[in-house]
Amino acid sequence: MDIAGIPILTFLVFFPLVGILFLLFMPSGNGKLIKWAANIITALELVFSLFLLSGFNRTVDGMQFVERASWIKSLDIQYLVGIDGISLLLILLATLLTFLATLSSWSAVKDRLKEYYIFMLLLEVGMIGVFVSLDFILFYVFWELMLVPMYFLIGIWGGERKLYAAIKFFLYTLFGSVMMLVAILVIYSHYGTFDLMKIMAQGNLLPMAIQSWVFLAFFLGFAIKVPMFPFHTWLPDAHVEAPTAGSVLLAGILLKMGTYGFVRFSLPLFPDACKKYMPYVIILALISIVYGALVSLMQKDMKKLIAYSSVSHMGFVMLGIFAFTPTALKGAILQMINHGISTGALFLIVGIVYERRHTRLIAEFGGLSSRMPIYAAVFLIITMSSIGLPGLNGFIGEFMILMGTFAVNPVWAMIAALGIILGAGYMLWLYQRVMFGKLENPANEKLSDLNLRELATFIPLIILAFWIGIMPKPFLDVLDKPVEKIVKIINPTYYDKPPLEIKKDGTPVHGGNAGSHETPAEAHTGEVK
Amino acid sequence: MITAILPEIALTVAALLILMVDIWLKKKVIIGYLALVGIAATLVLVLQSLAVEGYSFSQMIVNDNFGFFFQVLFLVAAFITVLLSMHYFRDNTQILGEYYSLLLFAVLGMIFMVKATDLVMVFIGIETLSLSVYILSGCLREDRRSGEAALKYILLGAFSTAFLLFGIALIFGVTGTTNLNAVAAAIAGKNILLDPMLLLAMVMLLVGIGFKISLVPFHMWTPDVYEGAPTPVTAFMSVGVKAAALAVFLRVFLMALPLLNPTWRHLLVGISVLTMTVGNIIAISQDNIKRMLAYSSIAHAGYLLIGMIAGGETGISSMLYYLVVYTFMNLGAFAVVIAFGNKGEDNLAISDYAGLGSRFPALAFVMTLFMLSLAGIPPLSGFMGKFYIFSAAVKEGYIGLAVIGVINSLISVYYYLRVTVMMYMKKPEREIIVAPVQPGLLLTLVITAFLTLQIGLFPSFYLELARASLF
Repeated sequence: MDIAGIPILTFLVFFPLVGILFLLFMPSGNGKLIKWAANIITALELVFSLFLLSGFNRTVDGMQFVERASWIKSLDIQYLVGIDGISLLLILLATLLTFLATLSSWSAVKDRLKEYYIFMLLLEVGMIGVFVSLDFILFYVFWELMLVPMYFLIGIWGGERKLYAAIKFFLYTLFGSVMMLVAILVIYSHYGTFDLMKIMAQGNLLPMAIQSWVFLAFFLGFAIKVPMFPFHTWLPDAHVEAPTAGSVLLAGILLKMGTYGFVRFSLPLFPDACKKYMPYVIILALISIVYGALVSLMQKDMKKLIAYSSVSHMGFVMLGIFAFTPTALKGAILQMINHGISTGALFLIVGIVYERRHTRLIAEFGGLSSRMPIYAAVFLIITMSSIGLPGLNGFIGEFMILMGTFAVNPVWAMIAALGIILGAGYMLWLYQRVMFGKLENPANEKLSDLNLRELATFIPLIILAFWIGIMPKPFLDVLDKPVEKIVKIINPTYYDKPPLEIKKDGTPVHGGNAGSHETPAEAHTGEVK
Repeated sequence: MITAILPEIALTVAALLILMVDIWLKKKVIIGYLALVGIAATLVLVLQSLAVEGYSFSQMIVNDNFGFFFQVLFLVAAFITVLLSMHYFRDNTQILGEYYSLLLFAVLGMIFMVKATDLVMVFIGIETLSLSVYILSGCLREDRRSGEAALKYILLGAFSTAFLLFGIALIFGVTGTTNLNAVAAAIAGKNILLDPMLLLAMVMLLVGIGFKISLVPFHMWTPDVYEGAPTPVTAFMSVGVKAAALAVFLRVFLMALPLLNPTWRHLLVGISVLTMTVGNIIAISQDNIKRMLAYSSIAHAGYLLIGMIAGGETGISSMLYYLVVYTFMNLGAFAVVIAFGNKGEDNLAISDYAGLGSRFPALAFVMTLFMLSLAGIPPLSGFMGKFYIFSAAVKEGYIGLAVIGVINSLISVYYYLRVTVMMYMKKPEREIIVAPVQPGLLLTLVITAFLTLQIGLFPSFYLELARASLF
């Protein structure tokens, strides 16, 4: 599938780069022109990325839209890109959030507009590059490339402690990834190729000793990005200091790269090591869930609260990934999308009041719902989506994760459920303190409600939140094949057992070994469908 | 036979010509162009010298791909150095005659160094280079720091030369020859591998050459000399002198002492780790950009050694490739430092870079490029260089060394980023006036920035070149 004669994935990766060149030649004095140009470029990118849907075949097992070209022949490095259902969803999320983040910056960013939008576009190049790369080095290049624009976005347009936060963000995440680089080299010395598709096709695994080390190195790289407890300390700093659009992309996309890395590389390539370290990872995930939620409860700064809630939510995703069952894994991937939608929206919501009041302290607000009714409605929907109210997206993801985890170990699911309760606690409390009560702070009296542009940034997210909440089937369908493929590697016995349950229409339920635990999950999703 | 040293002859003639012309010439600026022509002519002759491959002058000199590779590298570095000097010395033209001719003599010494296959020849090359650079680093007569740098350099340099010479003498004592191939043959034939004299000789050579590469713990002179010397000379030292010394290092140790490989390899592991770590950690606390780049160049020597430790075709070619990468990104960084100076004021404090991003966006942009590349951030050339070196290390089983290497490059990110922090995220503390950039400097900035990107994105040509240049 081509756009303008260029294969679609390459086009999607490099279109923002063309946009950058375009922006470079614009007069930096003309802010309006630059804003329009940047918004149009990201909007076009979103539209182009939707073309993927028409060519995507969800019944195919394996990578699609694959492009392969030699890049650095003497080092065996290829330009190899391709996507499956997992990357498809993440790419769409990335293009959507980048567009919305750009749109939300219209009046929030006032100085150095040209550089700002150039960095946004460069970030988009890196994000999409990470999700399409199937060559280790290509992946690594995009993975690191992304740090640079984010660093500048935080460092130039950030808040008071922006320098500290920017450098901390850069060094922390780089620390994880350089370890990953060494691990990649070890993988290369074993397989003799950086080509992920070729390695997967070979089918033979690394020896256990090497697998363990390589897994740990990758774990460091990905866990810092996710971030999991105790590697999460860069996140609150980065989020609090980043400009709104930076926070949106940081929470919405960059964190997903960590979990994406686990799904794409760790699980299929080092299954034995994954199994070996699974209890530890699960423990860290559970700590992240509960700890993140508890810390959120006591935050005074809205952005910090949402940042810590991300730690908690991403803990759910990690739990789902390391349960090694299709339901949990699918739920985890869907939850990655959900978290992108709801947390992205939450940061936009905070950005709205921050732009008007230049403070994010919860105590400064209260009773806003009377002044900003539309804002209150949007905030409420997103809060509910984040909590996991049935009918909204968060519910489906969390439910599937818990269901899949429960089948493996009920205690984990119970601890994780605690996180949901706490999550409802801190989110509702936040909403109550900001929106309800009497409007006592005189500074809030003149707050204006959302304008049309601001509302436009939320509408797609709200639609998606309802869509996934009410009819998640199209989203889950694209995940079927890739998830099945991964679970077959990591948990081969899962599919060996004969199906226990037969649906009403006579088709056997997939992988029924989880027995009766699985039935409600399937029944539930079936019902929602 | 003469054809084997045509480039050297051309260079000598050019250097002498510059000295003579200097006496009559009123407009000293022209001398810079003469130097450029001299270097370019030598480059042409070097390209032709490939035709006369093989030994000459009683096996004192060899023309091979390895030497060819380095000669081209030196001449390109020297060419860029001249371009930098034309901007740097735009108001201080009195010394230009001596300056350029000494620069050419230094290159002459470097060329002899890489071509030499005899320890005596090696020594002559190193001395030709060193004496020229001693003077070059002290050529700012008005500046006390420049004098201090020269004095420090010459004293410590003489000390290290003594080590080198002693090492050569010991080698001669043990093997009865100074020819590199004959030394190797003698060691193999006489069964003297464990002779303490031989080991001592090896260590002496290591100290003598290690001083020139500024390996820890022989690096003490580097920051002071780099800081005091005129910036173009510093740039030249950090890439040219270092590369020449590394070439000699490779030539002597791989050609004459291959049988001692396990021994010096062990030594080098320690030195490499020390060099990287000390260089990077001390660089963090530097407030002067030249000192910071001095320590960074020490650290880069440590990375380069990893390639030598890994050895084999991959290891050595990764070193050569890294040298190309390093030459351009480091020269680029120094070019920005030079561009940022003004008459009487060099603006060398890192805090002077505050606000550069909004006042000189283009200059700040290329500086960011060089800093990120030195830090090893993809897709810039510095990443590819480190990648190749570390992959060679992992391939040869030095995984621990590779891990130390990447942790070090992580540390280095901190101080390279500090420059970008200054440029983009801090408000200027004082008004800084920057002299208009001259065409030569502009050309340098454009070329080095372009190559820093290009060698990173499309490294194949340079990789092939490095692989073809082994001996």
